[in-house]
Amino acid sequence: MLTVLLILIPLVAGLLTFGLKGSGPKTVGLISSLASLAVTIAALFQFRTAPETLSHSCNWIPQLGATFSVGLDGMGMMLSLLTSISFVLIFIVINKREYDRANSFYALMLLSQAGLMGVFAAYDAMLFYFFWELALIPVYFLCSLWGGEKRIPVTFKFFVYTFAGSLLMLIGIIYIYLQTPEHSFSYASFTTAALPKETQSCLFWLFFVAFAIKMPIFPFHTWQPDTYEQSPTPVTMVLSGIMVKMGLFGVIRWLLPVLPQGAYVWSDVAIVLSIIGIVYASCIAIVQSDFKRLIAYSSIAHIGLMSAAIFANNEQSLQGVLVQFFNHGINIIGLWIIVEIIQDRLKVKSLNDLGGIAAYAPRMATFLVIISFANIALPLTNGFIGEFLMFSGLYQYNPWFMAVAGLGVILGAVYTLNMVQKVIFGQPNQLTETTTDLRGNEMLALSVIVAIILVLGVYPKPMLELVQSTTELVNKVY
Amino acid sequence: MNALISTALSGVLMMFAGLFVKNKQSIKFVAIVALLICFAANLAELSTLQGESRTLYGMITVSSFSILFNAVAFGATLLYFMLSGSAFEKVGEHVSDYFALVFFILSGITLASSFSSLLMLFLAIEIISIPQYILAGSDKKSPKSSEASLKYFLMGSFSTGILLMGITLIYGASGSFLISELGIGDGAVSPLALCGVILIAFALSFKVSAAPFHFWTPDVYDGAPSVFTSFMATVVKAGSFIAFIRLFHGAFTGAISKDWQLLLALVTAATLIIGNFTAVFQQSVKRMLAYSSIAQAGFMLLSVIAFSDFAAKGIILYAAAYSVATIGIFAVLIKMKDYTFDGFNGLAKKEPLVAAVTTICLLSLAGIPLTAGFFAKYYVLTAAVQEGNLFWLVIIAVVCAAISVYYYFRVIMAMYFKSGEPGVEEMSGGFKALLVVTAAIVILLGVFPGLLLQFV
Repeated sequence: MLTVLLILIPLVAGLLTFGLKGSGPKTVGLISSLASLAVTIAALFQFRTAPETLSHSCNWIPQLGATFSVGLDGMGMMLSLLTSISFVLIFIVINKREYDRANSFYALMLLSQAGLMGVFAAYDAMLFYFFWELALIPVYFLCSLWGGEKRIPVTFKFFVYTFAGSLLMLIGIIYIYLQTPEHSFSYASFTTAALPKETQSCLFWLFFVAFAIKMPIFPFHTWQPDTYEQSPTPVTMVLSGIMVKMGLFGVIRWLLPVLPQGAYVWSDVAIVLSIIGIVYASCIAIVQSDFKRLIAYSSIAHIGLMSAAIFANNEQSLQGVLVQFFNHGINIIGLWIIVEIIQDRLKVKSLNDLGGIAAYAPRMATFLVIISFANIALPLTNGFIGEFLMFSGLYQYNPWFMAVAGLGVILGAVYTLNMVQKVIFGQPNQLTETTTDLRGNEMLALSVIVAIILVLGVYPKPMLELVQSTTELVNKVY
Repeated sequence: MNALISTALSGVLMMFAGLFVKNKQSIKFVAIVALLICFAANLAELSTLQGESRTLYGMITVSSFSILFNAVAFGATLLYFMLSGSAFEKVGEHVSDYFALVFFILSGITLASSFSSLLMLFLAIEIISIPQYILAGSDKKSPKSSEASLKYFLMGSFSTGILLMGITLIYGASGSFLISELGIGDGAVSPLALCGVILIAFALSFKVSAAPFHFWTPDVYDGAPSVFTSFMATVVKAGSFIAFIRLFHGAFTGAISKDWQLLLALVTAATLIIGNFTAVFQQSVKRMLAYSSIAQAGFMLLSVIAFSDFAAKGIILYAAAYSVATIGIFAVLIKMKDYTFDGFNGLAKKEPLVAAVTTICLLSLAGIPLTAGFFAKYYVLTAAVQEGNLFWLVIIAVVCAAISVYYYFRVIMAMYFKSGEPGVEEMSGGFKALLVVTAAIVILLGVFPGLLLQFV
């Protein structure tokens, strides 16, 4: 039941919020996200003692064989933890902002949380598809209504891209559904469908394109930097911290177990595409002068590494990916929070207009440095363990792939440190002299993030244990 | 049978109502009551029905499928009367006659859903078509309306001629009009029968506005008074489809199906591509909806080509989903002063509720989950995938569905993301309440399509 609650709380709160006025939306948003977090923690305890109680199934469309089946395994558990923590952080950070039509803004944010939770919990292909699309629609409206100048064409491109990908996946789902003996969408019958190898290798692309667009990996990434740049920053946090995980999650939950041979046939191609993405995006990030675009490209590079590690598909690489799911989400949300703060104070996005903030906002500078280190996966930060495992797994798969992907780490250090340098060090200008340091709520959110970074950097064991069940399961199927 | 008799009688009743009832609101009320009676009479037949009932020398066969389709058509028409019935007055003086014509079309549709003889098919198609010629030209002061009517009449009678010729050839090949006795698919296919099937396929493609027989559609839908376009593009089109699917799945099976399947697959591909691509370039929402109706016809054609359990369910769900959503959008469109996309600018600020309902209807037409349109598309696509050798067509359909997002979302963008002062007529509270009901139906069918499908 807890799993259903995780979807229901933001859904109901979101629908309620449409009708609220004044500071009501803010309060409901914060309460709902805290409630989700509490339920997630409760679910976490239950997961340790009796994981089967987190599954829930009932009839939905009996004529089709679609059921409302939800459940949480280690991966789902971790992603729901990431989702609920992120939304709490986001709502804390934007607590002092005043949005035009705040009720719609908060309502759509909560609805997107419900959609995301549904995606991570669904154990029925139809339900998965349903939530997959549902998570998209609120985000489309959020970007289009509160985004930057070019928001309308940009978010439209984003929508059409992902919608086209989803439709291809729908065809794949329909095909597999018709092949299952009892005509069912359930996860169990999908994973036991055991399709012939040729069919699998065709179907692979229908699913892969959908997931690749969402992640995004090269050459399906062109919507992403524009969308991240134009979206309001809280939405960018959702997009880059959580929504990109939908694609990776889809590969681990649905692609590898359902089409193992298809994935086997095409894994080299997928890894090569991912690695091209890493190098390409890192190079572009180096020459970016726009703060938001830089982080957007760095995100493509990180996601590329995760996707390569997934297709390397051994236990170490998968463990690394799953741990990195959480850590990448936390780190990138931390970066966006700082971007949001700087934008709010100074109203500029170009790195060239910034500089010398350290003198005026020392606490913010400290946080930025720590989060940036985590972003380039320095030891003692949370990013390290995940990247280490992924590289190690990739090395086992093919040392050459690992070598090229490793370039991404070096390039990553170049652009991240460059950014840090331009933002907080150097000569302050007239504008940056006006910077004020963190406020209470921002301080709170960033402290939580830094605490997570340091704790998991030193003691990653709980995370590794949490995802163990998933990595074992996937490897068995493969 | 009940449905056929009750709609025909209601048509006559409405003609007389014009003589005795002078208040136009009361005429609308009489029409709604008459339609409710038809609806009830139609469903009442379900209780006494055992399997199939054949009447009229075996020329009409009533099954639960046909009753369900009638119920969908009557339900959609009911919604249409309630949402747009008041707009009939603006077209011309003879309000009751318009209602009568709609009822006659409905009786043609009930015949289309239950014919079991080619003669009855011909009658059904004609009964559906002739009132439409009149409705298209009902705005006598507008040259565009008259042009639409004339164009539709000429083209329509031409295609009727082709239909008749096809029926004749099939009669020549099989010696019977009864579907059950045709047997043209058994054994070797005779060239005579094949010619007949192709001619019928072309004639029906014209009626459902499939490419390359679609040229009349944009002009007629654009020229006809909007309130009647709404009906012609939805319930009537669904009625023609039910005739199409029943004939081809009922009579032209067996060996001959291979011959027409490829032909219709090409027609479907052309319809999807032309409909969707042309809709992208439209400047008027009404004309966009005309092309969108061609595009949607392409999807419905998928269920004609595919023989499967999903096809029949799919066409019913599609008819319901498409009709309800389009009727909802047209009801709003009729209230707009400017039919271009720019005319919708800023509607969300001025009429948030109306804009929200329009958005839900548009999302349904685009086939986004949570709306009825998604499961409608899902069913026809599943039917086509199950057919096996139509995978190429499925991919085309999916690409076209992605394109369709472009033109449906243009309206959403205009309403929400652009600022402007839209010219809208005053909308009553009742009208808005009905719009909310429309949106509720769309979402309800989108989450629980089983509500409708459990009856199939």
